[in-house]
Amino acid sequence: MKLVIINYGAGNIKSIQFAFKRLGVDAVLSNNPEEILAADKVVFPGVGEASSAMQMLKESGLDTLIPTLKQPVLGICLGMQLLCKHSEEGDTEGLGVFQTNVKRFSNDVKVPQMGWNVIKDLKSDLFKGIKENEYMYLVHSYYAEHCNETIAKTDYGINYASALQHNNFYGVQFHPEKSGIQGQKILENFLKLEVKS
Amino acid sequence: MLTKRIIPCLDIKNGRTVKGVNFVDLRDAGDPVELAKQYAEQGADELVFLDISATLEGRGTTLDMVLRVAEQVNIPFTVGGGISSVEHVDALLQCGADKVSINSSAVKRPDLVNELSNKFGSQCVVVAIDAKQVEGQWKVHLAGGSIPTDIDLFEWAKEVENRGAGEILFTSMNHDGTKNGFANEALAKLSETLNIPIIASGGAGNVQHFVDTFTDGKSDAALAASVFHFGEIPIPELKIELKKNNIEVRL
Repeated sequence: MKLVIINYGAGNIKSIQFAFKRLGVDAVLSNNPEEILAADKVVFPGVGEASSAMQMLKESGLDTLIPTLKQPVLGICLGMQLLCKHSEEGDTEGLGVFQTNVKRFSNDVKVPQMGWNVIKDLKSDLFKGIKENEYMYLVHSYYAEHCNETIAKTDYGINYASALQHNNFYGVQFHPEKSGIQGQKILENFLKLEVKS
Repeated sequence: MLTKRIIPCLDIKNGRTVKGVNFVDLRDAGDPVELAKQYAEQGADELVFLDISATLEGRGTTLDMVLRVAEQVNIPFTVGGGISSVEHVDALLQCGADKVSINSSAVKRPDLVNELSNKFGSQCVVVAIDAKQVEGQWKVHLAGGSIPTDIDLFEWAKEVENRGAGEILFTSMNHDGTKNGFANEALAKLSETLNIPIIASGGAGNVQHFVDTFTDGKSDAALAASVFHFGEIPIPELKIELKKNNIEVRL
C-alpha cells in the first residue's frame, strides 16, 4: 500500500499521517507529481483559507494534476471544499471535481462550527460499519451545498453535505483523523477502497 | 446537532503533568500522553495543555510532548501558555497541535491575533481571557491573573473576534478554584455579544454546574481540571447526566 498525503503547505498534515500510522500504514508526504501519480491512495488535506490554499496548489502545478488522478482520493476539510466548483471564501474557483458550491454559514449560528456533530443519510463504502448519526469532529466556517454527489449530511443551521463522492474522489468535511475510533474506521475503509472505473 | 464539549485541562511543566492527578490504572500519572489517552477513552471531546514551564528548556520539552500526543491521541487538542510569536505557533502546529491559545501576549500585542488567524486560519486561534469582576466591572487580568488592567472583558472579547479569533476561553478569577459554579452571567453576555464559540472555565465543582453553564451560561464548551483529575466527576457519568437534562452531548 503506497499512501501519499499531498503536502502543499496547507494544514495539519502531521495528525493525518499519525492517524494512518496508528492503522499501520506509513504515509508519504509529497508534492511531487510522479510520486502522487504512482500512489495507490491519495489524501488531499487542507486547513486554512481557500484562496491562499488554491494559490499554493497552483504554484506547485497540483491544481491540474489532482482532477486527473485515477486512484481513490480523499479530500479532508478544506481539501474537500477545494474539490468543489467554487467557494465563497475569497471568491475562489475550485478544482470542479464535485458539482457543488461552497458557501459561508449564516450568522444565525456561531461561526466557525466547532466541535462534534452527527453525520447521517450515509451512502458509500467509505462509511461501511459506521452507524447513522455517528459523531464526527468538525471545524469550519464554510459548507458544501447538497448535490447528487452527497454521501453524508449534517445539520448546522442548514442541512449541508458533510461528505461527497464522485467516482474515485471522496471528500469529507469532518476530520476523521480527530474523530476518535469511528473516524479511524473511516480512514480504514478508505484504505480498503477499490478503484472503480 | 452540534454538541456541547467537555474539555479537561492539563497543566504541563517541563513536559510532565503537574498538580496531583488521581487516576487508577495509570502507569505514570505524570505522563501527559497516558493521561490524554485515558481522557480520550472516557469521552472527553477535546483536551487543553497549558504549559507553565518557566524556562526555555522546559518549553522545548513541550514540543516533544505535543508530537507524542498527536501520535497517540485521536481527539483534538489545544496548547497554550507563553505563546507570543508566529514561529512558536508554527512549530506547535507542525508537531500536530490542532489549536493554540494565547492570552497575555495578545493583550500586549493585539496584532498577533490577526497574524495568527491570517496565517493559520481562525479555527486554530483560541484567545484565552482571565478576568475578574471588580465593583460590577469585568476587567482583564494578565500573567495568569496576577496583573490587573483597565481593559473591559466584553470589549476585549469583541475586539479579538474582529481580529480573527476562532474561539474564546474565558476564565473567571472570581470563580476559579471555588468549585461554586461557572460565571454564567458573564458567559451568557459573551455568547450573546459574540458569534464565535465560548469555552467556560473556572468554578466547576459538581455536575449541576455543567448543566447550568450550558443552559444559563449559554456556553459552547466547559473546561475543568481538578474535578476530572481527581475523579470527582467521571466524564462518562457527567455526559449521561447532561443528556438527561436535554443537553446535547457526544455519548
